[in-house]
Amino acid sequence: MSEVIVVTSGKGGVGKTTTTANVGTGLAAMGKRVVLIDTDIGLRNLDVVMGLENRIVYNLVDVIEGKCRAKQALIKDKRYQNLYLLPSAQTRDKSAVTPPQMVKMIEQLKEQYDYIVLDCPAGIEQGFQNAIAGAERALVITTPEVSAIRDADRIIGLLEANDFKKIDLIINRLRYDMVKRGEMMTASDVVDILSIPLLGIVPDDENVVIATNQGEPLVGNSTMAGRAYQNICERVLGKEIPFIDFERTISFWTRVTGIFHKN
Amino acid sequence: MGFANFFRRKSSKEIAKDRLKILLISDRVNCSPEMMEMIKTDIAKVISKYMKIDAESMEIQITKTGTKGMGKTPALYANIPILDLHKL
Repeated sequence: MSEVIVVTSGKGGVGKTTTTANVGTGLAAMGKRVVLIDTDIGLRNLDVVMGLENRIVYNLVDVIEGKCRAKQALIKDKRYQNLYLLPSAQTRDKSAVTPPQMVKMIEQLKEQYDYIVLDCPAGIEQGFQNAIAGAERALVITTPEVSAIRDADRIIGLLEANDFKKIDLIINRLRYDMVKRGEMMTASDVVDILSIPLLGIVPDDENVVIATNQGEPLVGNSTMAGRAYQNICERVLGKEIPFIDFERTISFWTRVTGIFHKN
Repeated sequence: MGFANFFRRKSSKEIAKDRLKILLISDRVNCSPEMMEMIKTDIAKVISKYMKIDAESMEIQITKTGTKGMGKTPALYANIPILDLHKL
């Protein structure tokens, strides 16, 4: 039984592509057969985040237009044999694909893969409609900021109107130091406002930028974001994983170092 | 930040939360200020049949309240000052 998940946010730059790359890689690391689809036609980025930009021959639009078979366009990942990327077209625009075409293509891919993860473009126009058309489950990404939360709320409304079975929230780029000072909303504040189940909290971590520079997803490694993404993947599979208390980790070290700084 | 300000000042997190709560309600119900004004005049008209009210200083707003199922349900709040209860 396969599952089609769309990663969406409404607002741009909150971490859809990073989340898609890490969730997909994490699921593949756990032995699932995974395809990542970049649906952001004209602004493709998932390939660079995955470090696969040099291997592109065909793209999503070529498959839709019947210029090649899906199998020819899929790029095998460097790290995992069971992980594939279907890159987007860079020289076309969103109108090159329609929702029914997406549904048809996804139906075919479903036969061979356990998880199909779609990276949705920002906005609520045609690109969004294409991305959600074939999906039954959504991961809504937001940061603890007014603009991102407002857009996430709008997206949740649209997903509900499209009869999504499961809509989960991921809060990205949370800064515990700011939360502590009362200058950033807490995860529970955000959950309170959006009222959908929380799947994970990813702390603001410079390692995300470093990982993107290198084209290597950081899921599963020992960085704060790597551990957070690992837990998100486990929860996607339905496991009950307690939330990591980064705040406690930080304050513990502050306390330890604090002993030496005293006097 | 001075000591006196410390108690008076609302943290920016609280401000963000309060702003969002109001913002999302109007986003969700998709209710324009003009429509709110029309609802207000209509309510005033109906209530005026039974008692004397101060329509000028009457206020209505949509807020979120309680929980119904999963999400919170919006509610229409009206604050209508009564000038004379026994008009009739």
